[in-house]
Amino acid sequence: MEDKNFRMKEKISLSVETSCYHCGDDLPATPYLSADKQFCCLGCKGVYQILSSHNLNSYYAYNDVPGQSQKKAPQHFDYLDEPGIAADLVDYTDEKTTVITLFIPAIHCSSCIWLLEHLHKINPAVAESRIDFLKKQVSITFKNQQITLRKVVEMLTAIGYEPMISLQDVVKKQLTDHSERDLIMKIAVAGFCFANVMMLSFPDYFGFSSFEENYRSFFNWINLALSLPVLLYSSRDYFISAWTNLKNGILNLDFPLALGIAVMFIRSAAEIITHTGSGFIDTLCSLVFFLLIGKWMQRRTYHYLSFERDYRSYFPVAVTRIANGKDQPIPLNELKPGDRILIRSNEIIPADAILLKGEAKLDFSFVTGESLAVDKVLGEIIYAGGRQIAGAIELEVVKPVSQSYLTKLWNNEAFAAQRNPIKTFSDTASKYFSIVLLIVAFAAGLFWISTDLNKAIASFTAVLIIACPCALALSSPFTLAAVLSIFDKNKFYLKNTAVIEELARIDTIVFDKTGTITNPAAKGFEFTGKLQSAEKQLVSDLAKNSGHPLSREVVKWLNLDTVYPVDQYREQVGRGISGIVNGCKVKLGSATFLGLNTQDKGSVVHLIIDGNYHGYFVSEQRWRPGFKQLALKLGQQKDLHLLSGDQDHDYKRLAPFFPGSQQLHFKQSPQHKLDYIVKLQQTGAQVMMLGDGLNDAGALKQSELGIAVTDDINNFSPGCDGILDGAAFDKLPQFMQQAKDAVKVIHMSFVISILYNAAGLFFAVQGLLSPLMAAILMPLSTVTIILFTSLTARFYAHKNKLL
Amino acid sequence: MNIIYLLLGFSIILALLFLLAFFWASKTGQNDDLYTPSIRMLFDDEPAPEEESDEDHPQS
Repeated sequence: MEDKNFRMKEKISLSVETSCYHCGDDLPATPYLSADKQFCCLGCKGVYQILSSHNLNSYYAYNDVPGQSQKKAPQHFDYLDEPGIAADLVDYTDEKTTVITLFIPAIHCSSCIWLLEHLHKINPAVAESRIDFLKKQVSITFKNQQITLRKVVEMLTAIGYEPMISLQDVVKKQLTDHSERDLIMKIAVAGFCFANVMMLSFPDYFGFSSFEENYRSFFNWINLALSLPVLLYSSRDYFISAWTNLKNGILNLDFPLALGIAVMFIRSAAEIITHTGSGFIDTLCSLVFFLLIGKWMQRRTYHYLSFERDYRSYFPVAVTRIANGKDQPIPLNELKPGDRILIRSNEIIPADAILLKGEAKLDFSFVTGESLAVDKVLGEIIYAGGRQIAGAIELEVVKPVSQSYLTKLWNNEAFAAQRNPIKTFSDTASKYFSIVLLIVAFAAGLFWISTDLNKAIASFTAVLIIACPCALALSSPFTLAAVLSIFDKNKFYLKNTAVIEELARIDTIVFDKTGTITNPAAKGFEFTGKLQSAEKQLVSDLAKNSGHPLSREVVKWLNLDTVYPVDQYREQVGRGISGIVNGCKVKLGSATFLGLNTQDKGSVVHLIIDGNYHGYFVSEQRWRPGFKQLALKLGQQKDLHLLSGDQDHDYKRLAPFFPGSQQLHFKQSPQHKLDYIVKLQQTGAQVMMLGDGLNDAGALKQSELGIAVTDDINNFSPGCDGILDGAAFDKLPQFMQQAKDAVKVIHMSFVISILYNAAGLFFAVQGLLSPLMAAILMPLSTVTIILFTSLTARFYAHKNKLL
Repeated sequence: MNIIYLLLGFSIILALLFLLAFFWASKTGQNDDLYTPSIRMLFDDEPAPEEESDEDHPQS
């Protein structure tokens, strides 16, 4: 503890000099230097040198430490030279210029915009580059005679902005999605008409004096004309939706809305044509205007997040095939069984294959949840999805990409079947509302029909007009949009507003282990045993020679400068290293490598110096902060389950949080996980699945609510209903409470809008509804609902400590 | 008071022009990205060309 405090103090006092000039990470013991600036790694230094040599130092002026850490291993982009692959990626190309839109997750600040829009300074062959900041996309126009696509991508990578290129389209093409733009246009038209109609209706509301009477019909005719675009263009979707739902025997909220709009228009037109009144054009336009705004609120989407990803966006675009002794990159869909492929370090195995050559050490953590790297020997089958962490290997493909162990999951019916749309409260309520509305309207009409036909028609139409559930239709969108933005501030991103209502219904929660309740980045690394500072030096110097992840982990943990050279260095890849440092024989490695009689559990590195056993380093996964409290809190109200693809070495530590051993399951395949969710659903449970990897994709899809947990929202996450940032993991109970409160708010605002409707109905059934009354009541109820929902949603957020 | 017919016509035509301008802006994608331009305009102008040639070799 004291040691930690000391280190903290040291950190604060030296904070200016101890962080990398480029990315702000902590500096190692020997920082990389360039022009009196300090860097944490060669990558950051390289970026700085490129930028400063092209006179682009303003990059560092707009923001402090604008860069991203460059410690990640570089990727190969040689496949971009293949015309067939490049053609799929570019937006436009001719003999001279090419335009491509790339998704760059690293874009995060104004410096990024500045730098990426000044690419022409680095290479004049780039004609233009434009950023769409919210989508994290850059659109680059370059002269293809002078620079190739590969060179452009490599240039971006060299300055620290590696684009994410994948099989599935991560770049959202603007041309394909016009629905948002259409809606905005409809709102503009409705707003334009509403404003003009209101202006022309005011004289009527205040009453014309006798000499102005001749204007009345002129104003009315203009109003009628202005209502046509609103009826035929802006409100078109309501009629279409009401009609298609009616044909399927569903009464949703669009039915009374469409009915109200239609009746309002017909009655107004009749009154204006027959010169008997001025109708309800004003109310009609305001109704459509407010409804569309509500719809627009509900549509709010995250431009930079994708909730529909599958394995194709995780897999590489191309793979290197070895044919006739030559390496050639080919698109993944051309890969056939029998092909011989080359997988370099850090690349992903794209299809099930047999190992032919090289040393395979594969990280399957993203696929299976297994946290330890797996060693494979020659002739063994390697399943697709693993990431090679040792050197280059050669493999023979045995199955096509889409039929591999992992990708087969997507052939499951859970992915083919359209999932039932989430049942929302407003759908359920609107069914009864529509029926009651029709009964009241007919009753009012029938009551008057025997005495006064005109009054019967007036009261029948007035009921349909005044009860048009505008406030009702707005209460859900405004409440849920408010909650969505509260969640968003807390790093919990949902696919759409309906998910919130689903979240409120959940009674069973299933967790994945690796990456979901454990944090893959924050592995605890500790040494157990005795180690003096002189010995630390020996270990550090020896481990620096090895590229193995655990050796690097040891070096990082020790954080010492190199002092001694190493003699007789030997490394058995994946097992251990040995050498003579400063006259001492130092051995680091697994128990079998050192000839010890212990069984290793997890990633353990033992240390022997001059034949004496000193202890071992152990790398252990840690729970996400707050997991224990979260599990205990949620466990009181919900049913908790755990599904892990991992071995069961954490069973004892996890058992206290899950009731009964039947709810903890290890060594689960992706298919097992999916089946388990189905089994839970058959008992009537409303299941929420929290997972992170591809192996959870099936379970995420099958469950009522699939939430992907990730530490970097820009990274790949499987298809889901929501993305939860790992930092906000401990807030899960609060999110669930807030969702419940949101449903409560919707119920309350329903009551309010029903009260408004009842007040209007009181006049309507008597045939006394005046246009002025409708024109006041409609906007008044709308404004009340908007204020009430947003304020109460925020009030509950404060109560739940989310604001 | 017949001037009202004329004024009303003008006011609606003027409003229509604004609506059409909005349509044009929306069609040409000017409303698609409302964030980036707000940052872009804050950047300083490029340094003058003669300055650039001086600083071409900052390190040697």
